[in-house]
Amino acid sequence: MNFPILSSLILLPAIGSFFIFFQKSNQNQYQSSKYVALFISLANFLLSLYLWYIFDPSIHSFQFVEDRQWIIGLVNYKIGIDGISILFILLTTFITPLCIISVNRTVKIKLKDFLIAILISESLMIGVFCSLDLVIFYLFFEGGLIPMFLIIGIWGGDRRVYSAFKFFLYTLLGSVLMLIAIISIYWIAGTTDVIKLYEIGIDAKFQNLLWLAFFSSFAVKTPMWPVHTWLPDAHVEAPTAGSVLLAAILLKMAGYGFIRFSIGLFPFASEYFVPLIFILSLIAIVYTSLVALMQEDIKKLIAYSSVAHMGFVTLGIFTFTQQGIEGSIFQMLSHGLVSAALFFCVGVIYDRMNTRLIDKYGGVVSIMPKYAIVFMIFTLGAVGLPGTSGFVGEFLILLGTFKKNFLVAVIASTGVILAAAYMLWLYKRVIFGKIINDDVKKMIDLNKSESIILWSLAFPIIFFGFYPDPLLNTTEVSVNNLIDMYNNNLAINTENN
Amino acid sequence: MENLNLVFPEIFISITLMFLLILGVFKKKSTSIVFNLSIVTLFISIALIINNPFDTYKELFNGSFKIDQLSTFMKIITLASGIFVMLTSSNYLKNLKIYKIEYPILLLSSILGMLIMISSNDLIVFYMGLELQSLALYVLAAFNRDNASSSESGLKYFVLSALSSGLLLYGCSLIYGFSGSTNFNLIAQNLTSTNYALTSGIVFILVGLAFKISAVPFHMWAPDVYEGSPTSVTAFFAILPKIAALTVFIRFLYVPFINVFDQWQMIIIFISISSMIFGAIAAIGQKNLKRLIAYSSIGHMGYALAGLCVGTNEGIQSSIIYISIYLVMNLGFFSCLFMIKKNGIYYEKIQDLSGLSKNHPILSFCLLIILFSLAGIPPLAGFFAKFYIFLAVLEKSMYILAILGLLSTVVAAFYYLRIIKIIYFDPEIEEYDRDHNPGLKLTLAFSTITILLFFIYPSVLTEIISKINLI
Repeated sequence: MNFPILSSLILLPAIGSFFIFFQKSNQNQYQSSKYVALFISLANFLLSLYLWYIFDPSIHSFQFVEDRQWIIGLVNYKIGIDGISILFILLTTFITPLCIISVNRTVKIKLKDFLIAILISESLMIGVFCSLDLVIFYLFFEGGLIPMFLIIGIWGGDRRVYSAFKFFLYTLLGSVLMLIAIISIYWIAGTTDVIKLYEIGIDAKFQNLLWLAFFSSFAVKTPMWPVHTWLPDAHVEAPTAGSVLLAAILLKMAGYGFIRFSIGLFPFASEYFVPLIFILSLIAIVYTSLVALMQEDIKKLIAYSSVAHMGFVTLGIFTFTQQGIEGSIFQMLSHGLVSAALFFCVGVIYDRMNTRLIDKYGGVVSIMPKYAIVFMIFTLGAVGLPGTSGFVGEFLILLGTFKKNFLVAVIASTGVILAAAYMLWLYKRVIFGKIINDDVKKMIDLNKSESIILWSLAFPIIFFGFYPDPLLNTTEVSVNNLIDMYNNNLAINTENN
Repeated sequence: MENLNLVFPEIFISITLMFLLILGVFKKKSTSIVFNLSIVTLFISIALIINNPFDTYKELFNGSFKIDQLSTFMKIITLASGIFVMLTSSNYLKNLKIYKIEYPILLLSSILGMLIMISSNDLIVFYMGLELQSLALYVLAAFNRDNASSSESGLKYFVLSALSSGLLLYGCSLIYGFSGSTNFNLIAQNLTSTNYALTSGIVFILVGLAFKISAVPFHMWAPDVYEGSPTSVTAFFAILPKIAALTVFIRFLYVPFINVFDQWQMIIIFISISSMIFGAIAAIGQKNLKRLIAYSSIGHMGYALAGLCVGTNEGIQSSIIYISIYLVMNLGFFSCLFMIKKNGIYYEKIQDLSGLSKNHPILSFCLLIILFSLAGIPPLAGFFAKFYIFLAVLEKSMYILAILGLLSTVVAAFYYLRIIKIIYFDPEIEEYDRDHNPGLKLTLAFSTITILLFFIYPSVLTEIISKINLI
């Protein structure tokens, strides 16, 4: 591979933000910086589509690997993708242009800085998904905090300072333990290169502690119960584009981390901690669904539903079955689309009414019929109705869980019902019913850019609901290989003991 | 003396110092000339140091003066940060009406003292350098003599620092008494077994040195002195004496005391941990930026010392990397402080930064980068500084130190974030001047760009430092 396509994917948004930084910041220039950002992010999306096209899903090893000397004798700049990571890169490059289209209405001050922050975080998020060295991964993973902190803090709602601090300090606290673990791995195994670590493995007696250190970081980011409390705050206060990035991509970094690092590097510890993950996931699914039922704020409701959906993801990953892990990846992608769409939907009515309280709405369907249709699609996607992408993921996860543990699967299944309850109830209260609030009557239906955003999200949700094969085919071989490797390692470890 | 060229920098500075003093006394209104000539002097001294190959290893004057990689590197960064501090401060001094010839001359003599300290390989030479450095600093702290708090800080610094020098001297005499020599190499040979008196000698010396780099529990002078002194002097305080004192720390621990490693390791670990934690917690409540940076520098010294207690070359190197990156960040931070002025008045309260991003986007962006870097967030340079420290610490499986250190970075992140919050999230209150002298802008640009782009190829710095091997 001569052309460093992955590095270009990472660098392109950063270069774009560099250009925007040096544009003059008077009012007329705002439009042009928006177009620059949009152009860059669309170019990145096309590049990643091309990447998907030339990606060979039938081989399990990493492709497009770039390996450069970076810190001499210590860390190499090593990136590459396999069937697991490519889809997350696609998700990132797909969501970012939509966020940039949406800024027109939602961002009223410092538009230029906002675009820079979005593009920089795109760079960092792509970096997370293709890094093949633990130190590089940590760099991208933590670096993402800076733009997100600013997005929440500068353009957020009334309690933005509190939320931004909570978000930053929570995630930082989780991550410093991971840094200790990464450095310890360097001294235990002599390298932080993931591919080499897959080959040589890590001594079983260290695995539990290292796993816990990684877990502390990923659990906060996922977020898992009981460290999920930053998420509702961050979501509620963040501007629409920020919430979308947070829900669609940032949360997926942790799920990805679980698959790539927790399972891949610490098979023995992963097996050991399965009960912990299952219990926390079940609590997340059932408890946060119940919490979501009682929310009065639309964004908070969706935030809690995200916690519940991510509970499914962690459940699926730690079944260590083909269906479970593939289902989790599928669920993450689907949730990335659905939650992004739901946050855009909330943004649409929030821009018109300046409130997110469910009580203030009602009867929107007669004023905004187009809006009611797309909102319905996304509600059903979140519920997991057959024919939407949400169904495929949850179905596969439950299938995998049944193989592993019957009782856990039964309890998890109640989450699907609860999801239907809170989502449909939300839909009913916002869209149907009588118009109580006069302000609702003044609302206008979707404009052009909003329609573009929402329909371009609705299309893949339905398409992959009916025809999930393109995604599943991409991941299949890599997941298979991961599980084989996991089982082999486990067998070796048990022999030794 | 065939090796006299190795001490050319020191000799050159001493001679220019006297020349500039005479020039300043006899020529009226010569402050600018003296000031600029001092900067040139520092440049020439760097050139004189670079003139010798980096891996020179020589002991001069009967082994009392040592030129090695450590001293060469530390001298270069001392002189370079001296240049930057002088570049940033000329406008400040003019505005405060303390732009006098004594200022550059005192600065130069203090730097001369530091160079001697860095190269010292003998207790007496070391003490001589230390006092030359400190005496100049006492005067500098009180340089704004019409200002009560400046005089107060000068006096405070003098009393406390003199006390610490006394302790140091007592420690030196104990060490001399038990080893029979003042030369570091000879001390190392003689100090193999330990007894109580010897241990207390070591303790006295470490206490004195901890005082100089303001590590907990000998940090009490730092916040007051930082706050009271003129900001240009604070910038000097926060950077240069720390480099020199850290070098001496390394020298003492790894030359004369190398054989009694287990005697001092716990002391350094304790000082390091308490500095990290105290620096992080005490800075949270501060309202004055200079006071805040004092506490933050206490914390940073804790990290730098963490590298020293490991007892490996990698540990020493990580400390040197840390101090190099620390000085770049502090230079940037102080340049920002010099820019927060209006009509000749400098603002020092954190609250004065409120909404700065509205009217000064570039300055705010630089501050943002510097503050995130001070907090140690990747991919900025501050992260790499901490990364190397913990890499060295974890090599010896010192998990408690690593965990406490990293947890205190989270606490410390809070107060850096608080400043960022005030700059970016709060409403604006004031519009400050925009006419800054080029030296100031240059320093800020240098610092910000270095911090921001350090991650592209960190080996630039680490390759040089990895040549410094003491053990």
